[in-house]
Amino acid sequence: MNFHAIRAIYRFEMARTFRTLMQSIASPVLSTSLYFVVFGAAIGSRMGDIGGVSYGAFIIPGLIMLSLLNESISNASFGIYMPKWAGTIYELLSAPVSYVEVVIGYVGAAATKSIALGLLILITARAFVPYHIEHPVWMVGFLILTSITFSLFGFIIGLWADDFQKLQVVPLMVVTPLTFLGGSFYSISMLPPVWQKITLFNPVVYLVSGFRWSFYGKADVNVFVSVGVTFGFMLLCLAIVWWIFRTGWKLKS
Amino acid sequence: MPDTQSRPDGLATADAVVSVRGLSKIYKSGFQALKRVDLDIRRGEIFALLGPNGAGKTTLISIVCGIVNGSEGSVTVDGHDIVRDFRAARALIGLVPQELSTDAFESVWATVKFSRGLYGRAPNPVYLERVLRQLSLWEKRDSKIMTLSGGMKRRVLIAKALAHEPRVLFLDEPTAGVDVELRHDMWDMVRKLRESGVTIILTTHYIEEAEEMADRIGVISSGELIVVEDKATLMRKLGKKQLTLQLQNPLEQLPEHLADLPLELSDEGRQLVYTFDTQSEETGIAGLLRRLSELGIDFKDLHSSESSLEDIFVSLVRSRA
Repeated sequence: MNFHAIRAIYRFEMARTFRTLMQSIASPVLSTSLYFVVFGAAIGSRMGDIGGVSYGAFIIPGLIMLSLLNESISNASFGIYMPKWAGTIYELLSAPVSYVEVVIGYVGAAATKSIALGLLILITARAFVPYHIEHPVWMVGFLILTSITFSLFGFIIGLWADDFQKLQVVPLMVVTPLTFLGGSFYSISMLPPVWQKITLFNPVVYLVSGFRWSFYGKADVNVFVSVGVTFGFMLLCLAIVWWIFRTGWKLKS
Repeated sequence: MPDTQSRPDGLATADAVVSVRGLSKIYKSGFQALKRVDLDIRRGEIFALLGPNGAGKTTLISIVCGIVNGSEGSVTVDGHDIVRDFRAARALIGLVPQELSTDAFESVWATVKFSRGLYGRAPNPVYLERVLRQLSLWEKRDSKIMTLSGGMKRRVLIAKALAHEPRVLFLDEPTAGVDVELRHDMWDMVRKLRESGVTIILTTHYIEEAEEMADRIGVISSGELIVVEDKATLMRKLGKKQLTLQLQNPLEQLPEHLADLPLELSDEGRQLVYTFDTQSEETGIAGLLRRLSELGIDFKDLHSSESSLEDIFVSLVRSRA
Protein backbone atom coordinates (compact mmCIF):
# COMPACT_ATOMS: atom_id res chain seq x y z
CA MET A 1 0.00 0.00 0.00
CA ASN A 2 1.37 3.37 -1.07
CA PHE A 3 0.38 5.59 1.89
CA HIS A 4 2.30 8.58 0.61
CA ALA A 5 0.16 8.48 -2.52
CA ILE A 6 -3.08 8.36 -0.55
CA ARG A 7 -1.95 11.34 1.46
CA ALA A 8 -0.87 13.23 -1.64
CA ILE A 9 -4.20 12.71 -3.41
CA TYR A 10 -6.21 13.47 -0.27
CA ARG A 11 -4.32 16.69 0.38
CA PHE A 12 -4.53 17.74 -3.23
CA GLU A 13 -8.29 17.29 -3.17
CA MET A 14 -8.74 19.04 0.17
CA ALA A 15 -6.67 21.96 -1.10
CA ARG A 16 -9.06 22.21 -4.02
CA THR A 17 -11.95 22.36 -1.54
CA PHE A 18 -10.39 25.18 0.40
CA ARG A 19 -9.71 27.09 -2.81
CA THR A 20 -13.39 26.88 -3.70
CA LEU A 21 -14.86 27.37 -0.25
CA MET A 22 -17.67 29.63 -1.45
CA GLN A 23 -18.86 27.17 -4.03
CA SER A 24 -18.32 23.96 -2.12
CA ILE A 25 -19.43 24.88 1.40
CA ALA A 26 -21.05 28.30 1.56
CA SER A 27 -23.49 27.82 -1.31
CA PRO A 28 -25.03 24.50 -0.15
CA VAL A 29 -25.30 25.84 3.39
CA LEU A 30 -27.04 28.95 2.12
CA SER A 31 -29.49 27.09 -0.11
CA THR A 32 -30.37 24.63 2.67
CA SER A 33 -30.90 27.55 5.05
CA LEU A 34 -33.41 28.98 2.58
CA TYR A 35 -35.35 25.73 2.75
CA PHE A 36 -35.40 26.00 6.53
CA VAL A 37 -36.61 29.59 6.39
CA VAL A 38 -39.37 28.85 3.89
CA PHE A 39 -40.52 25.36 4.86
CA GLY A 40 -39.50 25.33 8.47
CA ALA A 41 -40.21 28.78 9.82
CA ALA A 42 -42.67 30.34 7.33
CA ILE A 43 -44.84 27.48 6.02
CA GLY A 44 -44.00 24.91 8.69
CA SER A 45 -45.70 26.90 11.43
CA ARG A 46 -49.01 26.48 9.60
CA MET A 47 -48.57 22.73 9.11
CA GLY A 48 -49.41 20.01 11.55
CA ASP A 49 -46.84 17.74 13.20
CA ILE A 50 -45.82 14.53 11.45
CA GLY A 51 -45.66 11.65 13.91
CA GLY A 52 -45.32 14.09 16.77
CA VAL A 53 -42.45 16.00 15.16
CA SER A 54 -42.89 19.62 14.01
CA TYR A 55 -42.69 20.02 10.25
CA GLY A 56 -39.61 22.26 10.45
CA ALA A 57 -37.75 19.61 12.43
CA PHE A 58 -39.17 16.77 10.31
CA ILE A 59 -37.51 18.02 7.12
CA ILE A 60 -34.01 18.49 8.63
CA PRO A 61 -32.74 14.92 7.97
CA GLY A 62 -34.16 14.95 4.44
CA LEU A 63 -32.60 18.31 3.63
CA ILE A 64 -29.23 17.23 4.94
CA MET A 65 -29.50 14.08 2.80
CA LEU A 66 -30.34 16.19 -0.22
CA SER A 67 -27.17 18.25 0.19
CA LEU A 68 -25.07 15.25 1.16
CA LEU A 69 -26.03 13.29 -1.94
CA ASN A 70 -25.59 16.15 -4.35
CA GLU A 71 -22.34 17.39 -2.87
CA SER A 72 -20.80 13.93 -2.50
CA ILE A 73 -21.53 13.16 -6.11
CA SER A 74 -20.40 16.49 -7.48
CA ASN A 75 -17.23 16.62 -5.36
CA ALA A 76 -16.06 13.16 -6.21
CA SER A 77 -17.06 13.27 -9.86
CA PHE A 78 -15.39 16.62 -10.38
CA GLY A 79 -12.27 15.46 -8.53
CA ILE A 80 -11.54 12.64 -10.95
CA TYR A 81 -13.05 14.27 -14.03
CA MET A 82 -10.74 17.31 -13.88
CA PRO A 83 -7.48 15.37 -14.33
CA LYS A 84 -9.09 13.52 -17.23
CA TRP A 85 -10.18 16.79 -18.79
CA ALA A 86 -6.89 18.62 -18.16
CA GLY A 87 -4.81 15.61 -19.19
CA THR A 88 -3.02 15.37 -15.86
CA ILE A 89 -4.50 11.88 -15.42
CA TYR A 90 -1.30 10.60 -17.08
CA GLU A 91 0.44 11.03 -13.78
CA LEU A 92 -2.09 9.00 -11.86
CA LEU A 93 -1.95 6.23 -14.46
CA SER A 94 1.84 6.07 -14.52
CA ALA A 95 2.28 6.25 -10.74
CA PRO A 96 2.97 3.17 -8.63
CA VAL A 97 -0.57 3.14 -7.25
CA SER A 98 -3.45 0.70 -7.58
CA TYR A 99 -7.10 1.64 -7.65
CA VAL A 100 -7.21 1.14 -3.89
CA GLU A 101 -5.01 4.16 -3.18
CA VAL A 102 -6.69 6.25 -5.85
CA VAL A 103 -10.16 5.53 -4.50
CA ILE A 104 -9.21 6.07 -0.86
CA GLY A 105 -7.60 9.40 -1.76
CA TYR A 106 -10.33 10.83 -3.97
CA VAL A 107 -13.38 9.30 -2.30
CA GLY A 108 -11.96 9.95 1.16
CA ALA A 109 -11.51 13.64 0.40
CA ALA A 110 -14.97 14.00 -1.16
CA ALA A 111 -16.59 12.19 1.76
CA THR A 112 -14.70 14.31 4.31
CA LYS A 113 -16.05 17.41 2.67
CA SER A 114 -19.61 16.05 2.62
CA ILE A 115 -19.48 15.06 6.27
CA ALA A 116 -18.24 18.53 7.22
CA LEU A 117 -20.99 20.05 5.12
CA GLY A 118 -23.66 17.84 6.71
CA LEU A 119 -22.57 18.86 10.20
CA LEU A 120 -22.45 22.49 9.19
CA ILE A 121 -26.02 22.36 7.86
CA LEU A 122 -27.09 20.67 11.07
CA ILE A 123 -25.60 23.49 13.12
CA THR A 124 -27.13 26.12 10.81
CA ALA A 125 -30.57 24.48 11.18
CA ARG A 126 -30.36 25.23 14.88
CA ALA A 127 -30.79 28.90 14.06
CA PHE A 128 -34.16 28.28 12.40
CA VAL A 129 -35.84 25.28 14.02
CA PRO A 130 -35.52 23.45 17.33
CA TYR A 131 -34.72 19.71 17.00
CA HIS A 132 -33.18 16.89 18.98
CA ILE A 133 -31.08 13.86 18.05
CA GLU A 134 -32.16 10.64 19.69
CA HIS A 135 -29.35 8.37 18.41
CA PRO A 136 -26.32 10.63 17.80
CA VAL A 137 -23.94 7.72 17.11
CA TRP A 138 -26.26 6.29 14.48
CA MET A 139 -26.75 9.77 13.08
CA VAL A 140 -23.01 10.20 12.56
CA GLY A 141 -22.82 6.65 11.26
CA PHE A 142 -25.44 7.35 8.60
CA LEU A 143 -23.73 10.61 7.73
CA ILE A 144 -20.40 8.86 7.15
CA LEU A 145 -21.84 5.84 5.35
CA THR A 146 -23.93 7.95 2.99
CA SER A 147 -21.09 10.35 2.26
CA ILE A 148 -18.70 7.53 1.38
CA THR A 149 -21.25 5.62 -0.66
CA PHE A 150 -22.31 8.58 -2.76
CA SER A 151 -18.77 9.86 -3.14
CA LEU A 152 -17.98 6.45 -4.62
CA PHE A 153 -20.98 6.80 -6.89
CA GLY A 154 -19.80 10.27 -7.90
CA PHE A 155 -16.32 8.89 -8.56
CA ILE A 156 -17.83 6.42 -11.01
CA ILE A 157 -19.76 9.23 -12.73
CA GLY A 158 -16.52 11.21 -13.01
CA LEU A 159 -14.78 8.24 -14.61
CA TRP A 160 -17.68 7.67 -16.97
CA ALA A 161 -18.27 11.27 -18.01
CA ASP A 162 -16.45 12.55 -21.06
CA ASP A 163 -17.93 16.04 -21.05
CA PHE A 164 -19.18 18.52 -18.49
CA GLN A 165 -22.81 17.88 -19.36
CA LYS A 166 -22.59 14.20 -18.43
CA LEU A 167 -21.03 15.29 -15.17
CA GLN A 168 -24.14 17.32 -14.34
CA VAL A 169 -26.82 15.11 -15.77
CA VAL A 170 -26.94 12.39 -13.09
CA PRO A 171 -27.08 14.70 -10.05
CA LEU A 172 -29.65 16.95 -11.72
CA MET A 173 -31.83 14.46 -13.54
CA VAL A 174 -31.64 11.43 -11.28
CA VAL A 175 -30.50 12.24 -7.76
CA THR A 176 -32.47 15.46 -7.14
CA PRO A 177 -35.84 13.98 -8.24
CA LEU A 178 -35.19 10.81 -6.26
CA THR A 179 -34.40 12.88 -3.17
CA PHE A 180 -37.46 15.10 -3.52
CA LEU A 181 -39.62 11.99 -4.04
CA GLY A 182 -37.74 10.03 -1.40
CA GLY A 183 -39.64 11.36 1.60
CA SER A 184 -37.44 14.35 2.39
CA PHE A 185 -40.49 16.59 2.78
CA TYR A 186 -43.15 14.02 3.74
CA SER A 187 -43.62 10.68 5.40
CA ILE A 188 -44.33 7.94 2.88
CA SER A 189 -47.32 6.94 4.99
CA MET A 190 -48.92 10.15 3.69
CA LEU A 191 -48.88 8.75 0.11
CA PRO A 192 -51.71 6.79 -1.56
CA PRO A 193 -51.23 3.01 -1.00
CA VAL A 194 -50.01 2.31 -4.57
CA TRP A 195 -47.32 4.99 -4.30
CA GLN A 196 -46.27 3.69 -0.91
CA LYS A 197 -45.28 0.46 -2.70
CA ILE A 198 -43.71 2.13 -5.74
CA THR A 199 -41.68 4.53 -3.65
CA LEU A 200 -39.86 1.59 -2.04
CA PHE A 201 -37.94 1.19 -5.32
CA ASN A 202 -36.40 4.57 -4.66
CA PRO A 203 -33.13 3.93 -2.77
CA VAL A 204 -33.16 7.43 -1.28
CA VAL A 205 -36.26 6.49 0.75
CA TYR A 206 -34.09 4.13 2.79
CA LEU A 207 -31.42 6.76 3.37
CA VAL A 208 -33.83 9.48 4.46
CA SER A 209 -35.87 7.10 6.59
CA GLY A 210 -32.86 5.70 8.39
CA PHE A 211 -31.34 9.12 8.92
CA ARG A 212 -34.61 10.52 10.26
CA TRP A 213 -34.89 7.55 12.61
CA SER A 214 -31.52 8.51 14.15
CA PHE A 215 -33.04 11.94 14.92
CA TYR A 216 -36.56 11.17 16.08
CA GLY A 217 -36.69 7.41 16.56
CA LYS A 218 -39.40 7.03 13.90
CA ALA A 219 -38.83 5.48 10.48
CA ASP A 220 -40.80 4.66 7.34
CA VAL A 221 -38.81 1.48 6.83
CA ASN A 222 -36.87 -0.68 9.28
CA VAL A 223 -33.56 0.96 10.16
CA PHE A 224 -31.58 -2.22 9.47
CA VAL A 225 -33.08 -2.41 6.01
CA SER A 226 -31.88 1.18 5.55
CA VAL A 227 -28.35 0.28 6.59
CA GLY A 228 -28.43 -2.86 4.46
CA VAL A 229 -29.56 -1.03 1.32
CA THR A 230 -26.90 1.64 1.77
CA PHE A 231 -24.17 -0.95 2.30
CA GLY A 232 -25.44 -2.88 -0.69
CA PHE A 233 -25.19 0.19 -2.88
CA MET A 234 -21.70 0.91 -1.58
CA LEU A 235 -20.53 -2.61 -2.42
CA LEU A 236 -22.02 -2.29 -5.89
CA CYS A 237 -20.11 0.96 -6.42
CA LEU A 238 -16.89 -0.63 -5.15
CA ALA A 239 -17.34 -3.54 -7.56
CA ILE A 240 -17.85 -1.13 -10.47
CA VAL A 241 -14.76 0.92 -9.54
CA TRP A 242 -12.71 -2.24 -9.28
CA TRP A 243 -13.91 -3.36 -12.69
CA ILE A 244 -13.16 0.04 -14.25
CA PHE A 245 -9.58 0.04 -13.02
CA ARG A 246 -9.02 -3.60 -13.88
CA THR A 247 -10.15 -3.16 -17.46
CA GLY A 248 -8.94 0.42 -17.82
CA TRP A 249 -12.37 1.37 -19.20
CA LYS A 250 -12.38 5.06 -20.21
CA LEU A 251 -8.93 5.40 -18.64
CA LYS A 252 -6.51 3.38 -20.73
CA SER A 253 -6.55 2.35 -24.37
CA MET B 1 14.03 -15.87 -24.94
CA PRO B 2 15.03 -14.33 -28.25
CA ASP B 3 18.53 -14.99 -29.46
CA THR B 4 20.97 -12.17 -29.86
CA GLN B 5 20.46 -12.05 -33.60
CA SER B 6 16.87 -10.95 -33.26
CA ARG B 7 18.00 -8.07 -31.10
CA PRO B 8 18.99 -5.07 -33.08
CA ASP B 9 21.73 -4.15 -30.67
CA GLY B 10 22.90 -7.62 -29.66
CA LEU B 11 22.92 -6.54 -26.02
CA ALA B 12 22.78 -8.79 -23.00
CA THR B 13 19.68 -8.22 -20.89
CA ALA B 14 21.72 -7.68 -17.75
CA ASP B 15 23.12 -4.36 -18.97
CA ALA B 16 19.68 -3.12 -19.87
CA VAL B 17 17.65 -0.98 -17.53
CA VAL B 18 14.61 -1.10 -19.80
CA SER B 19 13.95 -4.26 -21.78
CA VAL B 20 11.22 -4.39 -24.38
CA ARG B 21 10.42 -7.79 -25.92
CA GLY B 22 8.09 -8.47 -28.81
CA LEU B 23 5.91 -5.52 -27.93
CA SER B 24 2.89 -4.95 -30.14
CA LYS B 25 -0.01 -2.58 -29.83
CA ILE B 26 -3.20 -2.70 -31.79
CA TYR B 27 -5.68 0.03 -30.89
CA LYS B 28 -9.41 -0.66 -30.81
CA SER B 29 -9.74 1.13 -34.13
CA GLY B 30 -7.60 -1.66 -35.61
CA PHE B 31 -4.61 0.60 -36.05
CA GLN B 32 -1.37 -1.23 -35.29
CA ALA B 33 0.88 1.29 -33.59
CA LEU B 34 3.71 -1.11 -32.70
CA LYS B 35 4.86 -4.27 -34.46
CA ARG B 36 6.83 -6.69 -32.30
CA VAL B 37 9.34 -4.17 -31.02
CA ASP B 38 12.50 -5.41 -29.27
CA LEU B 39 14.60 -2.82 -27.54
CA ASP B 40 17.13 -2.62 -24.74
CA ILE B 41 18.00 0.67 -23.11
CA ARG B 42 21.42 0.66 -21.47
CA ARG B 43 21.83 1.89 -17.96
CA GLY B 44 22.96 5.49 -17.84
CA GLU B 45 22.70 6.31 -21.52
CA ILE B 46 20.79 8.97 -23.40
CA PHE B 47 18.71 7.18 -25.95
CA ALA B 48 16.90 9.09 -28.66
CA LEU B 49 13.88 7.59 -30.31
CA LEU B 50 13.45 9.22 -33.68
CA GLY B 51 10.53 8.91 -35.98
CA PRO B 52 7.95 10.80 -37.97
CA ASN B 53 4.60 11.68 -36.43
CA GLY B 54 2.45 8.64 -35.81
CA ALA B 55 5.41 6.26 -35.96
CA GLY B 56 4.66 4.82 -32.51
CA LYS B 57 7.09 6.75 -30.31
CA THR B 58 4.51 7.96 -27.84
CA THR B 59 2.71 4.62 -27.82
CA LEU B 60 5.94 2.86 -26.91
CA ILE B 61 6.65 5.27 -24.07
CA SER B 62 3.05 5.17 -22.87
CA ILE B 63 3.11 1.40 -22.59
CA VAL B 64 6.36 1.38 -20.61
CA CYS B 65 4.94 4.03 -18.25
CA GLY B 66 1.60 2.28 -17.78
CA ILE B 67 -0.68 4.74 -19.56
CA VAL B 68 -1.52 2.41 -22.42
CA ASN B 69 -1.90 -1.37 -22.26
CA GLY B 70 0.29 -3.35 -24.63
CA SER B 71 -1.43 -5.95 -26.84
CA GLU B 72 1.38 -8.50 -26.62
CA GLY B 73 4.97 -8.75 -25.53
CA SER B 74 6.60 -7.71 -22.29
CA VAL B 75 8.55 -4.86 -20.76
CA THR B 76 10.80 -4.91 -17.72
CA VAL B 77 12.30 -1.95 -15.91
CA ASP B 78 15.38 -2.86 -13.91
CA GLY B 79 14.13 -6.45 -13.95
CA HIS B 80 10.61 -5.59 -12.78
CA ASP B 81 7.80 -6.55 -15.12
CA ILE B 82 5.66 -3.46 -15.77
CA VAL B 83 2.41 -5.40 -15.32
CA ARG B 84 3.07 -8.03 -12.65
CA ASP B 85 5.44 -5.88 -10.62
CA PHE B 86 4.09 -2.48 -11.62
CA ARG B 87 4.77 -0.73 -8.34
CA ALA B 88 8.49 -1.44 -8.36
CA ALA B 89 8.78 -0.73 -12.08
CA ARG B 90 6.88 2.56 -12.04
CA ALA B 91 8.61 3.88 -8.94
CA LEU B 92 11.81 3.95 -11.03
CA ILE B 93 10.30 5.88 -13.92
CA GLY B 94 9.70 9.57 -14.45
CA LEU B 95 7.64 10.74 -17.40
CA VAL B 96 7.50 14.13 -19.06
CA PRO B 97 4.55 13.98 -21.44
CA GLN B 98 4.35 15.66 -24.78
CA GLU B 99 1.25 17.69 -23.98
CA LEU B 100 1.52 20.56 -21.51
CA SER B 101 -1.00 18.99 -19.13
CA THR B 102 -0.85 20.83 -15.83
CA ASP B 103 -3.16 21.73 -12.98
CA ALA B 104 -4.03 25.34 -13.68
CA PHE B 105 -4.78 26.46 -10.13
CA GLU B 106 -2.06 24.62 -8.24
CA SER B 107 1.16 26.31 -7.22
CA VAL B 108 4.44 24.99 -8.58
CA TRP B 109 5.49 23.85 -5.13
CA ALA B 110 2.21 22.05 -4.41
CA THR B 111 2.31 20.20 -7.69
CA VAL B 112 5.86 18.85 -7.30
CA LYS B 113 5.09 17.87 -3.71
CA PHE B 114 2.03 16.03 -4.97
CA SER B 115 4.07 14.15 -7.58
CA ARG B 116 6.64 13.04 -5.03
CA GLY B 117 3.93 11.71 -2.73
CA LEU B 118 2.04 10.02 -5.53
CA TYR B 119 5.15 8.02 -6.39
CA GLY B 120 5.39 6.81 -2.82
CA ARG B 121 8.26 8.96 -1.60
CA ALA B 122 8.41 10.59 1.83
CA PRO B 123 8.46 14.40 1.71
CA ASN B 124 11.89 15.91 1.06
CA PRO B 125 11.74 19.70 0.71
CA VAL B 126 15.52 19.96 0.36
CA TYR B 127 15.57 17.71 -2.67
CA LEU B 128 12.56 19.42 -4.24
CA GLU B 129 14.17 22.82 -3.73
CA ARG B 130 17.26 21.58 -5.56
CA VAL B 131 15.16 20.34 -8.47
CA LEU B 132 13.28 23.62 -8.73
CA ARG B 133 16.49 25.63 -8.52
CA GLN B 134 18.10 23.52 -11.26
CA LEU B 135 15.14 24.23 -13.48
CA SER B 136 15.10 27.95 -12.57
CA LEU B 137 11.66 27.54 -11.06
CA TRP B 138 12.49 28.31 -7.46
CA GLU B 139 11.44 31.95 -7.74
CA LYS B 140 8.13 30.81 -9.18
CA ARG B 141 7.40 28.18 -6.55
CA ASP B 142 4.34 29.99 -5.18
CA SER B 143 2.92 30.99 -8.56
CA LYS B 144 -0.13 29.31 -9.93
CA ILE B 145 0.85 27.16 -12.88
CA MET B 146 -1.61 28.84 -15.22
CA THR B 147 0.27 32.13 -14.85
CA LEU B 148 3.48 30.59 -16.23
CA SER B 149 4.74 30.69 -19.80
CA GLY B 150 4.76 27.60 -21.99
CA GLY B 151 8.47 27.04 -21.45
CA MET B 152 8.06 27.26 -17.71
CA LYS B 153 5.13 24.85 -17.76
CA ARG B 154 7.36 22.42 -19.61
CA ARG B 155 9.93 22.77 -16.84
CA VAL B 156 7.23 22.26 -14.22
CA LEU B 157 6.43 18.96 -15.91
CA ILE B 158 10.09 18.01 -15.80
CA ALA B 159 10.26 18.98 -12.11
CA LYS B 160 7.21 16.81 -11.43
CA ALA B 161 8.81 13.90 -13.26
CA LEU B 162 12.00 14.30 -11.22
CA ALA B 163 10.22 14.82 -7.90
CA HIS B 164 10.49 11.17 -6.86
CA GLU B 165 14.14 10.74 -7.89
CA PRO B 166 13.53 8.39 -10.82
CA ARG B 167 16.31 6.27 -12.30
CA VAL B 168 14.84 6.31 -15.79
CA LEU B 169 13.44 9.48 -17.32
CA PHE B 170 11.21 9.54 -20.37
CA LEU B 171 11.05 12.83 -22.21
CA ASP B 172 8.38 12.81 -24.89
CA GLU B 173 9.23 15.63 -27.30
CA PRO B 174 10.82 17.71 -24.54
CA THR B 175 11.66 20.72 -26.66
CA ALA B 176 8.55 20.96 -28.82
CA GLY B 177 7.48 24.59 -28.80
CA VAL B 178 10.45 25.66 -26.69
CA ASP B 179 12.59 28.57 -27.79
CA VAL B 180 16.21 28.09 -28.80
CA GLU B 181 17.76 29.39 -25.61
CA LEU B 182 15.60 27.25 -23.41
CA ARG B 183 16.27 24.26 -25.61
CA HIS B 184 19.98 24.56 -24.91
CA ASP B 185 19.28 24.91 -21.18
CA MET B 186 17.18 21.79 -21.37
CA TRP B 187 19.96 19.88 -23.12
CA ASP B 188 22.40 20.95 -20.41
CA MET B 189 19.99 19.80 -17.78
CA VAL B 190 19.53 16.43 -19.45
CA ARG B 191 23.31 15.96 -19.60
CA LYS B 192 23.61 16.80 -15.92
CA LEU B 193 20.92 14.28 -15.11
CA ARG B 194 22.78 11.64 -17.04
CA GLU B 195 25.93 12.47 -15.10
CA SER B 196 23.98 11.78 -11.93
CA GLY B 197 23.24 8.30 -13.24
CA VAL B 198 19.75 8.74 -14.65
CA THR B 199 19.00 6.89 -17.86
CA ILE B 200 17.25 9.13 -20.35
CA ILE B 201 14.99 8.17 -23.20
CA LEU B 202 13.79 11.00 -25.34
CA THR B 203 11.63 11.09 -28.38
CA THR B 204 12.05 13.84 -30.84
CA HIS B 205 11.62 14.71 -34.41
CA TYR B 206 14.25 17.39 -34.18
CA ILE B 207 17.18 15.51 -35.65
CA GLU B 208 19.44 18.22 -34.32
CA GLU B 209 18.40 17.27 -30.84
CA ALA B 210 19.24 13.61 -31.26
CA GLU B 211 22.53 14.50 -32.93
CA GLU B 212 23.40 16.85 -30.11
CA MET B 213 22.36 14.72 -27.18
CA ALA B 214 22.07 11.04 -27.80
CA ASP B 215 24.53 8.24 -27.16
CA ARG B 216 22.41 5.88 -29.16
CA ILE B 217 19.62 6.35 -31.62
CA GLY B 218 16.64 4.23 -32.49
CA VAL B 219 14.61 4.99 -35.56
CA ILE B 220 11.00 3.98 -35.52
CA SER B 221 8.70 4.11 -38.49
CA SER B 222 5.18 2.73 -38.88
CA GLY B 223 5.47 0.88 -35.58
CA GLU B 224 8.71 -0.89 -36.44
CA LEU B 225 12.10 -0.24 -34.97
CA ILE B 226 14.18 0.07 -38.14
CA VAL B 227 17.55 0.61 -36.59
CA VAL B 228 19.20 0.91 -33.18
CA GLU B 229 22.78 2.03 -33.24
CA ASP B 230 25.40 4.16 -31.53
CA LYS B 231 25.04 7.63 -32.92
CA ALA B 232 28.61 7.74 -34.19
CA THR B 233 28.37 4.30 -35.79
CA LEU B 234 25.07 5.15 -37.40
CA MET B 235 26.46 8.30 -38.89
CA ARG B 236 29.57 6.54 -40.09
CA LYS B 237 27.71 3.58 -41.47
CA LEU B 238 25.07 5.47 -43.29
CA GLY B 239 26.85 8.74 -43.68
CA LYS B 240 27.56 9.87 -47.18
CA LYS B 241 29.81 12.61 -48.36
CA GLN B 242 29.17 14.81 -51.29
CA LEU B 243 31.64 16.65 -53.44
CA THR B 244 30.18 19.67 -55.19
CA LEU B 245 31.95 21.20 -58.14
CA GLN B 246 31.08 24.68 -59.39
CA LEU B 247 31.45 24.41 -63.14
CA GLN B 248 33.05 27.06 -65.31
CA ASN B 249 30.50 26.52 -68.07
CA PRO B 250 27.05 25.07 -67.41
CA LEU B 251 26.34 21.59 -68.81
CA GLU B 252 23.10 20.69 -70.60
CA GLN B 253 23.35 17.08 -69.50
CA LEU B 254 25.82 14.63 -68.06
CA PRO B 255 28.40 13.52 -70.60
CA GLU B 256 27.95 9.85 -71.55
CA HIS B 257 31.49 9.07 -70.50
CA LEU B 258 30.58 9.86 -66.90
CA ALA B 259 27.31 7.91 -66.80
CA ASP B 260 28.85 5.11 -64.72
CA LEU B 261 29.57 7.47 -61.82
CA PRO B 262 27.14 8.63 -59.07
CA LEU B 263 26.92 12.12 -60.46
CA GLU B 264 24.13 14.60 -60.61
CA LEU B 265 23.72 17.97 -62.20
CA SER B 266 22.07 20.74 -60.24
CA ASP B 267 21.57 24.49 -60.23
CA GLU B 268 20.67 24.43 -63.94
CA GLY B 269 23.82 22.62 -64.90
CA ARG B 270 26.18 24.90 -63.04
CA GLN B 271 26.91 22.36 -60.31
CA LEU B 272 28.11 18.80 -60.50
CA VAL B 273 27.47 16.76 -57.35
CA TYR B 274 29.42 13.58 -56.69
CA THR B 275 28.22 11.32 -53.88
CA PHE B 276 30.59 8.86 -52.25
CA ASP B 277 30.70 6.52 -49.33
CA THR B 278 32.88 7.44 -46.39
CA GLN B 279 33.32 3.73 -45.62
CA SER B 280 34.97 2.64 -48.85
CA GLU B 281 38.71 2.57 -49.29
CA GLU B 282 38.61 4.34 -52.57
CA THR B 283 36.58 7.52 -52.72
CA GLY B 284 37.09 7.82 -56.46
CA ILE B 285 37.69 11.54 -56.27
CA ALA B 286 41.08 11.38 -57.99
CA GLY B 287 39.61 9.33 -60.82
CA LEU B 288 36.70 11.70 -61.21
CA LEU B 289 38.90 14.76 -61.44
CA ARG B 290 41.16 13.07 -63.98
CA ARG B 291 38.23 12.13 -66.20
CA LEU B 292 36.77 15.62 -65.94
CA SER B 293 40.00 17.17 -67.15
CA GLU B 294 40.18 14.61 -69.99
CA LEU B 295 36.71 15.72 -71.05
CA GLY B 296 37.74 19.35 -70.76
CA ILE B 297 35.19 20.18 -68.05
CA ASP B 298 36.61 23.00 -65.95
CA PHE B 299 35.46 23.96 -62.50
CA LYS B 300 36.13 27.09 -60.50
CA ASP B 301 35.45 25.83 -57.00
CA LEU B 302 34.80 22.65 -55.07
CA HIS B 303 33.74 21.65 -51.59
CA SER B 304 32.77 18.45 -49.84
CA SER B 305 30.09 17.98 -47.17
CA GLU B 306 29.03 15.22 -44.80
CA SER B 307 25.42 14.16 -44.62
CA SER B 308 23.60 15.04 -41.42
CA LEU B 309 21.56 12.71 -39.30
CA GLU B 310 18.54 14.23 -40.95
CA ASP B 311 19.60 13.00 -44.38
CA ILE B 312 20.27 9.58 -42.91
CA PHE B 313 16.92 9.55 -41.21
CA VAL B 314 15.01 10.58 -44.29
CA SER B 315 16.74 7.96 -46.42
CA LEU B 316 16.06 5.29 -43.78
CA VAL B 317 12.38 6.06 -43.49
CA ARG B 318 11.99 6.39 -47.27
CA SER B 319 13.70 3.12 -47.99
CA ARG B 320 11.14 1.34 -45.80
CA ALA B 321 8.10 3.09 -47.17
